[in-house]
Amino acid sequence: MIRIFKPTIFVLCLVPFIIIAYQILFNKLGAEPVKEVTHQTGEWTLRFILLSLAMTPLKNITKILVWIKYRRMLGLFAFFYGTLHLLTYIGLDYQFNLDPIIDDVFNKKYIFIGFAAWLLMMPLAVTSNQKMVLILKQNWKKIHRLSYLVGIFAVLHFIWLSKTIFFEPLIYLIILITLLSLRLNFIKFLFKKKTVT
Amino acid sequence: MKLNKFKSSEITPENIYRNRRQFLKEMGIVTGTAFVSQNIITSALSYTPETERKITPYKFATTYNNYYEFGTSKSDPHKNSKDFITKPWNIKIDGEVENEINLSVEEIKNTIPSEERIYRFRCVEGWSMVVPWLGFPLNKLLNKVKPTSKAKFVKFTSVYDPDQMKGQRFPILNWPYKEGLRIDEAMHPLTIMVTGLYGKELPNQNGAPLRLIVPWKYGFKSAKAIVNIKFVEKMPISSWMNASPNEYGFYSNVNPNVSHPRWSQATERVIGENIYSPRIKTLMFNGYGDEVAGLYDGMDLRKNF
Repeated sequence: MIRIFKPTIFVLCLVPFIIIAYQILFNKLGAEPVKEVTHQTGEWTLRFILLSLAMTPLKNITKILVWIKYRRMLGLFAFFYGTLHLLTYIGLDYQFNLDPIIDDVFNKKYIFIGFAAWLLMMPLAVTSNQKMVLILKQNWKKIHRLSYLVGIFAVLHFIWLSKTIFFEPLIYLIILITLLSLRLNFIKFLFKKKTVT
Repeated sequence: MKLNKFKSSEITPENIYRNRRQFLKEMGIVTGTAFVSQNIITSALSYTPETERKITPYKFATTYNNYYEFGTSKSDPHKNSKDFITKPWNIKIDGEVENEINLSVEEIKNTIPSEERIYRFRCVEGWSMVVPWLGFPLNKLLNKVKPTSKAKFVKFTSVYDPDQMKGQRFPILNWPYKEGLRIDEAMHPLTIMVTGLYGKELPNQNGAPLRLIVPWKYGFKSAKAIVNIKFVEKMPISSWMNASPNEYGFYSNVNPNVSHPRWSQATERVIGENIYSPRIKTLMFNGYGDEVAGLYDGMDLRKNF
């Protein structure tokens, strides 16, 4: 099963990238193409972050282990789209003109936190392979708890860039809170069990 | 209030003027059409300082709009305003005036002829267009009333109609939309009431039937679908000031030196350009400094943002 599913899901994860590339090549991005690419890559980053954060709770709820097999791939796609998002901002929007970018990072809190989220994804991506899991042992888990912070930063990035109370960022916030609180409850549950025995 | 001199930069060079004619021809609005010949006095020499930048394609000027009354996405106003009813429509001018008046849009359009004004339009979000508006100086409308000595500001109120405007069913801003100008800003010859664009009647998504355009200020200052103009003593609180006072000030003059918490104001993206086009530098007062800088002599524009 996994042999068929995994490549299929891999290709599905690439669909947004293919659509964006098509829109760029055939000039289908409308009035403000740079902003459109920025928004699309940004939103897919957030979606993949949340998807990767959803795998562990899904495993716990459904009691099926298979979800975990997709967690790494989804996380790496989050990093892939996050990097595209960052490159759009640096390369397309500011044409590698670093002064205004540095200015933005330190003066605009939504850019600061977005950049921080991308930086935090780096160690996760670098330590994502099986070898690193074996080398880092218990520390691997600790490092990869950074993903919760990445999720929080990414949602804050979206909320802070919105002009007024918008619907969409709030939906992502609700999903994030749900996913994180599912873990909290589970940890509490485990803790209870331990004290009994 | 009158401009007593014309600077050479305000006079449209002939080649640009020809290009504009050519553009109008391509748009299918040659001066032969009834609407154009009756209502527009094309003032090639008055306030058309736009000489360098291309006019934004009609498609983008009418499908890429911020008009939260019809939804918060840029494409919403075009989609959701199709059935918006703008007839009949009255505008009341009242407040600190000796003779308050209530005029229908028809009366206004019939008594004050519209002319073409090609202005740069700079949104606070960091993008800009160049739009050929049809309109008349607001002072021609305001001169129909006599303000009292108390009057210092002008407050604009847009229509409130949640049945027709679905964005108003949500507390996105404190509806109805409110904006304000100082009287001297409102009376300035560059400040216009808009009745149309690209030689056509004003589309609903652009603020029909009558909207304001203040070209040296960020776009949100130019209230749409206005129903009331009130002379007041105290500085009006605009809807955006109310939503976020540290982000949106009363003046909101285009100013590349004063950054907004979210958007760089030093540069802007030109609407309709391709994805590889660089941003362009934003000009002080959106390039209308020669005409309007005097209004703010001695003011700290960092504080009065």
